[in-house]
Amino acid sequence: MQRIGVFVCWCGSNIAGTVDVEAVSNALKNEPGVVFSTNYQYMCSQAGQDLIINAVKEHNLTGIVVCSCSPRMHEATFRKTAQAAGLNPYMVEIANIREQCSWIHKDMALGTEKAIILGKAAVAKVNLNAPLTPGESPVTKRALVIGGGIAGIQTALDIADAGYEVDIVETKPTIGGKMAQLDKTFPTLDCAACILTPKMVDVAQNDKIRIFSYSEVCDIKGFVGNFDVEIKKKARYVKEDICTGCGLCTEKCPQKNVPNEFNLGMDNRRAIYIPFAQAVPKVATIDPNTCNMLKNGKCGVCAKVCTANAIDYTQKDEIIHEKYGAIVAATGFNPISMDKFDEYAYSQSKDVITSLEFERLTNAAGPSQGHLVRPSDGEHPHTIVFVQCVGSRCASCSEKGKEYCSKICCMYTAKHAMLTRDKYPDTEVYVFYIDVRTPGKSFDEFYRRAVEEYGVHYIKGMVGKVSPEGKKLIVQGSDLIADKQLKIEADLVVLAAAIEPDKSARPLATMLTASMDTNDFFTEAHPKLRPVESPTAGVFLSGTCQGPKDIPETVSQASAAAAKVIGLLSKDKLKGNPCIANANELMCNGCSSCEKVCPYGAITYVEKEFRMPDRTTMIRRVASVNEAVCQGCGACTVACPSGAMDLKGFTSEQIIAEVDAICK
Amino acid sequence: MQINNENEYKPLIVAFCCNWCSYAGADLAGNNRLAYPENVKIIKVPCSCRVNPMFILRAFQRGADGVILCGCHPGDCHYTSGNYFTRRRMTLLFSMLNFLGIEKERTRVEWVSAAEGAKFAATMNEFTEAVAKLGPNKRLEDLRCKK
Repeated sequence: MQRIGVFVCWCGSNIAGTVDVEAVSNALKNEPGVVFSTNYQYMCSQAGQDLIINAVKEHNLTGIVVCSCSPRMHEATFRKTAQAAGLNPYMVEIANIREQCSWIHKDMALGTEKAIILGKAAVAKVNLNAPLTPGESPVTKRALVIGGGIAGIQTALDIADAGYEVDIVETKPTIGGKMAQLDKTFPTLDCAACILTPKMVDVAQNDKIRIFSYSEVCDIKGFVGNFDVEIKKKARYVKEDICTGCGLCTEKCPQKNVPNEFNLGMDNRRAIYIPFAQAVPKVATIDPNTCNMLKNGKCGVCAKVCTANAIDYTQKDEIIHEKYGAIVAATGFNPISMDKFDEYAYSQSKDVITSLEFERLTNAAGPSQGHLVRPSDGEHPHTIVFVQCVGSRCASCSEKGKEYCSKICCMYTAKHAMLTRDKYPDTEVYVFYIDVRTPGKSFDEFYRRAVEEYGVHYIKGMVGKVSPEGKKLIVQGSDLIADKQLKIEADLVVLAAAIEPDKSARPLATMLTASMDTNDFFTEAHPKLRPVESPTAGVFLSGTCQGPKDIPETVSQASAAAAKVIGLLSKDKLKGNPCIANANELMCNGCSSCEKVCPYGAITYVEKEFRMPDRTTMIRRVASVNEAVCQGCGACTVACPSGAMDLKGFTSEQIIAEVDAICK
Repeated sequence: MQINNENEYKPLIVAFCCNWCSYAGADLAGNNRLAYPENVKIIKVPCSCRVNPMFILRAFQRGADGVILCGCHPGDCHYTSGNYFTRRRMTLLFSMLNFLGIEKERTRVEWVSAAEGAKFAATMNEFTEAVAKLGPNKRLEDLRCKK
């Protein structure tokens, strides 16, 4: 029989406000096995934990029930407390009377009644708890960073700085990500390339970092400390180690009319190309969809001009298998497609562009060498209208846009407006906005400068329609403050498109078994306290794959993720989860049902000798669980026809005891 | 079954929630103060596939009026394939419930992710309402289990 102590937490007024904690601790006093029951203001505080430790010693407790917040919050805390008191940490159970009770029920009597029942269920479970010891597994001291944007770059640099090997996998031919496409960055207006490209070079020169560019992750197996990853290195038809990046082939290639992705299709590149001058690795790539040689075997110009003999038309996709201890997702974002926003005439007029296209237009390395011109006729625009929240904060149009705020648009639009007025004072700039959101260091000052010093016309209201008329774009919108309808004849319309997670994030999350929210952003382990970790152990989050962010926030999160990875890799052994499957050999009849459902292949069969009652021996085939591989899902426990398979920490007996306590 | 002071019938609901998605979804409902009936009692399991159909029958036997099983969305299972087992097992169980004498509307499988606090609360409200319409579960309740 256990000697159980019950500790009811007030959580200040969070629990005590709607649950009579005194009544709960009194009611649980009479439960079977309970020898001590009390309540305290903050059980997780040092004083509260001391109270538990003293009670364990004083009353010789063998099990602990804490009625408090969610176990996702403080289970680990109280397990450590139990350990400090000399108990096995797995002799603790939490009754969640905050998230599941006090926070959602207003009625004190009903809330208290529910809290008591939840407490009883936890007591019933602890009565059947057994001490558990986690197994240990070694750690592969290498990290994988998926995505080579500024988030992935910063994470990789920081991990490499600590002395661990890092691999970056990037789907594009070069690292750099979205930041490489930007012109200036708010609010300091330093040029994006000037601060990004040195970091890209650092990555290339760091001997701890390997870059798999033009590659993708195809499969991930294993678990924290021991991931097996399959990487597909796509054929770029150029030998990476030989190509010098001289760029001669990209000048001579006769296939001239391939839309240039890097400039968002606003100019053309060749079939063999280097995305931009500072690309890392600076290696040419042949686009197999447009190369004449690869499509119909006629051309071969690039091979003829290449002095290094780096062209290899027979190159094949290469599959690489690597082992890692930790994985960082840094898959980034994309602006949403404007196809569904017909009202802004994006598909009808070349002069309606997205902000990222505007960014390329104003970039000195962009399609117009940094001259702000209309894409349709190359003329200088005299009136520019910026439309904010295109697809962001779109609660009513979820099939078109996104419900969330994309966070960065207010600031980059202020930047675009300011830079335009600075360079071309003859240009009138209008910004239609719902709200201007500028929380951030020096952000509001920046926005006010755009309005006050640079004379940008900010109009509160949305644009209803953009219609091309001759060379002009007629913008119809409402000014909510002046309460009137506006009609502006614009030369250029810039849409601040909402941002969404990259399409590769969803399949990656499935491979990682990491959870995502409804918008396909990765979910963090705790929204406030563990914002850079995924709930899946060993998987970390960096940058906009977790939510919309600007560059400083992305870099902070990238370094934070790196710190977490370094913490993990610095350990020689990892303690596993002791709540794993366990076969009762006496009951097992070796039918293989459990083996068939195990997603990890953790169950094998062994021939074992059993002594029979009549002193003869018998050899039987019984299931054996590999403790290092079992993750403790419990699929096998239900599949087992003889009831031999059970899950430690969640035994059938324990769950039934909980059911009974609740239904009593 | 519970009868409160106003003699209003409130069904007793047992909710099995997987640790990774639905239990976190329930926590999020709590964080956002999204109310659902206090008669819903949650039992945490590592994965929805840990729930033996026997547990559900046991709950009915001991007087639960409804049992709901919540897991990660198909394809998002923390253990890769656990919820697929759940889906098959429960389809089989539900097809036999009428035979056992339990209206199959008293049980349900729902997919609730860690980000779907609102869905969790809405599901619990709706399920409780649906079970309340059926009235108390008397068919399988084993009165010998009651004191």
